[in-house]
Amino acid sequence: MNISNTTNRNICHELDLDWVMAAQANQSAIERRAATLGTRRSVKKEFQAAWLARAISCIDLTTLSGDDTEDRVRRLCAKARHPLQADLAKSLGIDPLTTGAVCVYHEMVPAAVAALSESQIPVAAVSTGFPAGLSSLKLRIAEIEESVAAGATEIDIVISRRHVLNQDWQALYNEMKLFREACGEAHVKAILATGELGTLRNVARASLICMMAGADFIKTSTGKESVNATLPVSLVMVRAIREFYEQTGYKVGYKPAGGISKAKDALVYLSMMKEELDVEWTRPELFRFGASSLLGDIERQLEHFATGAYSASFRHAMG
Amino acid sequence: MQWGDQMDIKEIYQNMDYGTAPESAEEANAWLDKNNRIFGHFIDGEFVSGTDHFETINPATGKSLAHVSQASSADVNSAVAAANRAFKEWRTRSGFERAKVLYALARNIQKHARLFSVLETLDNGKPIRESRDIDIPLVHRHFYYHAGMAQLMSKELPNRKPIGICGQIIPWNFPMLMLAWKIAPALAVGNTVVLKPAETTSLTALLFAEICAQSGVPKGVVNIVTGDGDVGDMIVRHKDVQKIAFTGSTDVGRKIRQATAGSGKSLTLELGGKSPFIVFDDADLDSAVEGVVDAIWFNLGQVCCAGSRLLVQAGVADKFYSKLVNRMKKLRIGDPLDKSIDMGAINSQAQLDRIKSMLSSCAPSKITTAETTMPDDGYYHPPTLIRNVETSDTLMQEEIFGPVLVSTTFRTPSEAVALANNTRYGLAASVWSENINLALGMAPKLKAGVVWVNGTNFFDAAAGFGGTKESGFGREGGWEGLMAYTRPVNVPKEPADYSTKKTTPNRAASINRTYKNYVGGKQLRPDGGYTKQISDSSNAATYDIPISNRKDLRNAVEAANKAIGWSSSTGHLRSQILYYFAENLSVRADEIAALIDTFQPRGMSGVDEVQATLETIFECAAWSDKFDGDVRNVPMRGLALSLNEPIGTIAAFAPAEHALLGLVRMIAATIAVGNRVIIFPSEINPVIAGELIQVIETSDIPAGAVNILFADHSDVAKHTAMHMGIDAVWCEETEAISSMIEEHSATNLKRTWTQVNVATEIREFLDHAVEKKTVWIPWGEG
Repeated sequence: MNISNTTNRNICHELDLDWVMAAQANQSAIERRAATLGTRRSVKKEFQAAWLARAISCIDLTTLSGDDTEDRVRRLCAKARHPLQADLAKSLGIDPLTTGAVCVYHEMVPAAVAALSESQIPVAAVSTGFPAGLSSLKLRIAEIEESVAAGATEIDIVISRRHVLNQDWQALYNEMKLFREACGEAHVKAILATGELGTLRNVARASLICMMAGADFIKTSTGKESVNATLPVSLVMVRAIREFYEQTGYKVGYKPAGGISKAKDALVYLSMMKEELDVEWTRPELFRFGASSLLGDIERQLEHFATGAYSASFRHAMG
Repeated sequence: MQWGDQMDIKEIYQNMDYGTAPESAEEANAWLDKNNRIFGHFIDGEFVSGTDHFETINPATGKSLAHVSQASSADVNSAVAAANRAFKEWRTRSGFERAKVLYALARNIQKHARLFSVLETLDNGKPIRESRDIDIPLVHRHFYYHAGMAQLMSKELPNRKPIGICGQIIPWNFPMLMLAWKIAPALAVGNTVVLKPAETTSLTALLFAEICAQSGVPKGVVNIVTGDGDVGDMIVRHKDVQKIAFTGSTDVGRKIRQATAGSGKSLTLELGGKSPFIVFDDADLDSAVEGVVDAIWFNLGQVCCAGSRLLVQAGVADKFYSKLVNRMKKLRIGDPLDKSIDMGAINSQAQLDRIKSMLSSCAPSKITTAETTMPDDGYYHPPTLIRNVETSDTLMQEEIFGPVLVSTTFRTPSEAVALANNTRYGLAASVWSENINLALGMAPKLKAGVVWVNGTNFFDAAAGFGGTKESGFGREGGWEGLMAYTRPVNVPKEPADYSTKKTTPNRAASINRTYKNYVGGKQLRPDGGYTKQISDSSNAATYDIPISNRKDLRNAVEAANKAIGWSSSTGHLRSQILYYFAENLSVRADEIAALIDTFQPRGMSGVDEVQATLETIFECAAWSDKFDGDVRNVPMRGLALSLNEPIGTIAAFAPAEHALLGLVRMIAATIAVGNRVIIFPSEINPVIAGELIQVIETSDIPAGAVNILFADHSDVAKHTAMHMGIDAVWCEETEAISSMIEEHSATNLKRTWTQVNVATEIREFLDHAVEKKTVWIPWGEG
């Protein structure tokens, strides 16, 4: 479950600008494909239950609020350990079923690490001046180092959007490379903030740059932009991952974040990963949902499957 | 617990299989059972039991679904008679009344959309996703759109009227959609129909018949008879059927062309294709791969406009193939009612056998077949890619009509165009490039009725669809689609009044005149070396007229096809040249008017005819830069352009009446919109054409754009109709010659217009002189 255990972790590659500039993304065609992702595949009954369990295992259960406290984080961590009520978990027969990680701000890392001790659940910290990423480079790197020192094994960094918007690919590469180095053994997820990059072509190119500079995951959004994860953006990023794998042999993970709150959406994302990449990319080693309310909807759907009766949210423990 | 045992879930949790997600066939089976799984015909608003029943098979299982009837000639006769009776009333209804009926059809189909979808999938074998999300939504869209056309007809098409009884014969690949494409426009403008669905896919048409009865369609307006090609043949040959609309194979289309020759029936044919799918090195390759999936594996490639020839730019070919082969592995084949499959069953055992037999000629080393699992029963074929197919290979030339993609590479855009057009067909083309100059620049160069830029298989009721060359003629959808179901209202011709008396004295030369053919900008003696001599009524002068043969025709076609530059010249240039032509003719007005009076003692005076001719040239010149296309309101972010493109080389037989006006009208209308023309002047009255050559020579008309051959029309009509390098033939001739032209035009399915004399407006000439091309341009970034 802990991605730091995976072998063949991505490395830092040379910047290949020819490759980057050759990347294309035809928005209309991508939107058409995205529109049929949910209509070409359908999972029902026990298959749907298994897929929803898989979705739970890929959730980075997240709280990123100004009013976060240690108690709030402890409650979230407890939910991460036991995302389903006991009878539901038992009926699925998947044990242990936990979320993929818990994702918090730096100041909450010690509380999360403590709450998740003796579990396999990693603590992810958002970092580098999240969400805007406009604090000084020195501070952003220091923030990564402090979070790693505090026990975070996954660091979700934000890129400088201006490097993309100014087409300063070298600067983006250099920055990402520094972040990766600062992470050391901790795995790094590069948040592109796709809602602020303007075009899908920029998304494609920024994805390639971050992977060349050693990102372990590429991630859509902070959840704070006005537009977060969408299927068209996801297709572009996932296809970039596929191409990167074909060219280099390194598998980079994908994390859509923000805006995925329905069990049905999670199924579409999982099938997209399976169709565009492969079944390996439906597991938490290479796929995460950045989500806070998704789990609640999945719990309700699973209870419906288990009992045949539609569920209500108060029946499930809040995270 | 609703789900299976816990081990199952744990296992699925690991392997993430899809399982099955079958759409229920319960309602469709109930409908079949309600009809005792035996069907007759729908004639005059009633279901009749029919005779000679045969099985219709579910191709996904190979098992029988129901029995349908092979219509007898008595059935066809009674259907045509019912349509005939109904036409008298239906045509007189107001547009609003017809619109209400079409709207009711649209609504009722929409209400029963799921039943139609499931029934279609059961009978045809296509995936439920396609019948549910593509076919049936397009069907009700088509009826809605044409409800609007019915409403607008009287105001927007005041000079058109319905043709009458339409015989409509449709294929098995899109049974319900093709029915909609045929019936909606026919009814909208006041025709009545006798429709025959394909014998393997009759069921949705019969369900539609039930819907007609519920939607207020008057009895006899829609008649549906089932059966095989023999029934189609009875419809085609029925004397009371005035229009045939056929969608199907080019071979059958050719036979229908021959069978209807000389019958006066209006004809539209939507036939086969081998449409190119062109990928440039700057394309979004991943999206283009997905485009290929939608081009050749949509409906298992059983699509007339399937992008079945992949042309990929050499520099990215290996990369593209590798992406494509990886994508093929993900395609799921299986029960078409399963919501998670991409490809269902081939429609029939016969079609599956045909596909396999075509593939058997190919070296196995070139074939890549996706290793997907397929059901044991039913007619299934895996997605197949064949690389490095040579242009000479049968698989590159012939339509396979299955999930088989052939491919080759190209080096430059012009080579891509050459390869794309190197086919007898010309239905559709798909172009992938992120370079707007390249992508849009390809569109006019591709010989096809539809061009999709960075996309494929877009269809909509507002956008014309149909082919060029041996892909057939006529368009379905849009305003152009309505043209095929209407004919001009015969407005009595008002004689032009130029208030000039017939006073021109005959000042014909007393020196003998020798005319030559005019070919490729040169005056040439006829190949055979023979001429005939005629003289005017007073015997004051004699004129030597060439007698041309098929070799002169061959040379003229070569010259015309070399003058390709004329077709891409600007409308502004063409109008300037036409005005100049008129100017030069006016200089010789008196002299030519005198000749007209000499050779045409009856009818319009020479002076009047010259004036009328000058006005006609001016009108064509006026249209040259105004006969533009338009933008269609399709449900897509982007543009669907409906363009008027020249047909190419048109051969025209000028009428005997109005030797100058009849001749010049054909020349001016064809060349105004960029065609090259080979014209045969009236054999009775060729002298005026002989004099006109000098006028043409001095008018800056490029060599080869206008060619004049003197010949006996009956000698050259057949050779003209058969010539593969001629794209259209116009004539105003005896029935024998018209019939011969129509029959022999079937060789390359050239467009024929044999009732030029019916036309009263230059607009109509121009409509016949262009090929409609729909160019789809989705757009948007950021």
